[in-house]
Amino acid sequence: MKEVAIVPRDVLDDPLRHRERFGLDGAGDFFWLGGADGKLRFSTCAACGYRTHPGGSVCASCLSRDVAPQPVSGLATVLTYTVNVQRWSPDQDPYVVAIVGIDEQADLRLTTNIVGCDPWSVRVGDRVEVAFLHRHGLHYPLFRPLAGTGEQ
Amino acid sequence: MTRHFEHDSVISGIGQSDVGRRLGRSAIELTVDSALAALTDAGLRPTDVDGVTTYPGGNGLTSAGYAGPPVSAVIDALRLQPNWFQGSAELPGQLGAIVAAMMAVSAGLARHVLVYRTVTESTAQRGGGRAAVYDPDGVVAPDEMGWLRVFGAPSAANWLAMLATRHFHEFGTTRAQLSQIALACRSHAALNPLAVYRDPLSLDDYLGARMISWPLCLFDCDVPVDGSTSVIVSARETVADLRSRPVSVDAVGTAFRGRFSWDQQPALAQMAATGAADHLWSRSSLRPDDVDVAQLYDGFSILALAWLEAFGFCAPGEGGAFVEDGSRIRLGGELPLNTAGGQLSAGRLHGYGLVHESVLQLRGEAGVRQVPGARVAAVSNGGGPIAGAMLLTTG
Repeated sequence: MKEVAIVPRDVLDDPLRHRERFGLDGAGDFFWLGGADGKLRFSTCAACGYRTHPGGSVCASCLSRDVAPQPVSGLATVLTYTVNVQRWSPDQDPYVVAIVGIDEQADLRLTTNIVGCDPWSVRVGDRVEVAFLHRHGLHYPLFRPLAGTGEQ
Repeated sequence: MTRHFEHDSVISGIGQSDVGRRLGRSAIELTVDSALAALTDAGLRPTDVDGVTTYPGGNGLTSAGYAGPPVSAVIDALRLQPNWFQGSAELPGQLGAIVAAMMAVSAGLARHVLVYRTVTESTAQRGGGRAAVYDPDGVVAPDEMGWLRVFGAPSAANWLAMLATRHFHEFGTTRAQLSQIALACRSHAALNPLAVYRDPLSLDDYLGARMISWPLCLFDCDVPVDGSTSVIVSARETVADLRSRPVSVDAVGTAFRGRFSWDQQPALAQMAATGAADHLWSRSSLRPDDVDVAQLYDGFSILALAWLEAFGFCAPGEGGAFVEDGSRIRLGGELPLNTAGGQLSAGRLHGYGLVHESVLQLRGEAGVRQVPGARVAAVSNGGGPIAGAMLLTTG
């Protein structure tokens, strides 16, 4: 699939007042540190092209060790979602947690937040694009409705 | 019938501590209560116990009332002298501790194994719910839960809500259908004096309840409690020495299929339950039609629905229609479900309340909620990538 250029920009406001920090352990750090240029990356096999997530030192499809982070388009589809209402932390407004399917590979998925829209407007099948949130020194890949592309 | 290791054991005793909200009693006290009750039920003494096991074990987890006491504390409190013991969370669900006990018996390591599961989550949360034990500014381990928590999904309510949304999307399942699981459990809890919530629950109550994580509302979520359940697994050859009516284990389901992840499952409207249930049926000559009563894990209503489909009580995707008017799954119906009220109304004993009730039903000791002539019980635990199942029978 052709790579679609995504203009890097800081995402919007974080819908989460508090957000936990992912504990880096070396192996998968590229995922959390690599979004500064607006690109979403997955561990990709040089031998067969399969993307393994979470990334490690081996391709989960062909067992090749020749794997390295490679960017994807950042385009995805909402496979399922929930609107979280319960306040796990004080004064938190409802927000969307979703599992999105990455365009390039049928079994490549991320749990993420859908931002830049009314939380109650999200539906299964919505087309979304990645947008990175810079927080805690990490780049969290969030997604927003694709219709929003071009809005500044 | 093919001989399997689980046929070498019986469930010889069951016991429960007080179960309730914010009891303020320690995990070890509750565990001693349930263990002694189970031993008395079986006609055994602590000196007869030569095996001990629990899920998840007390030493490996951030507890917040979840883990219960470690095996070492129970061994010491009752001055047990076991030949074999373990506490482990890396098992096919909570029932994995019972499976391990049966393996120890079949291997000849033990004749009477004490299995317990103890929770003090209600006291740990002190009425503040999960927010009382959750640090929203913390650092999470880079494991399968870490990938969810950093996106504001710290609770299984969030993870199972996404399973529900996908089920709704693929199969047209509705909240009104899902409500029938919660309503059936509550109607059964009314017949259980030990259940935590016994007041009648109506569809209007359900539809008007506060949302937790769409589409799951308050009544789709089980209720954290304090309490301990113990189960004694004994060698079949000891049955003549026992006081209780033994219950047999026809088959266990321990297989794991798919990926060990909450968001990378091949089918997002299913879960590991499918692999475990398939494995169970592959080890049994019984069929879904033979099951008289089902005690299916209901940490969330949608889990019980997924288990109904996984066991083959209805076809995949047809769980909503199966429970639609509640008649099939209520006492008197073709497959009474969670007859003590389940975790949704009787309290979150983390799968072991369901085992306890299965044994009562098969012994014919369930009183006013007895399923007449119950001979086969299906019991399950877990959700997402965690799943275990057992088929229990009389005799």
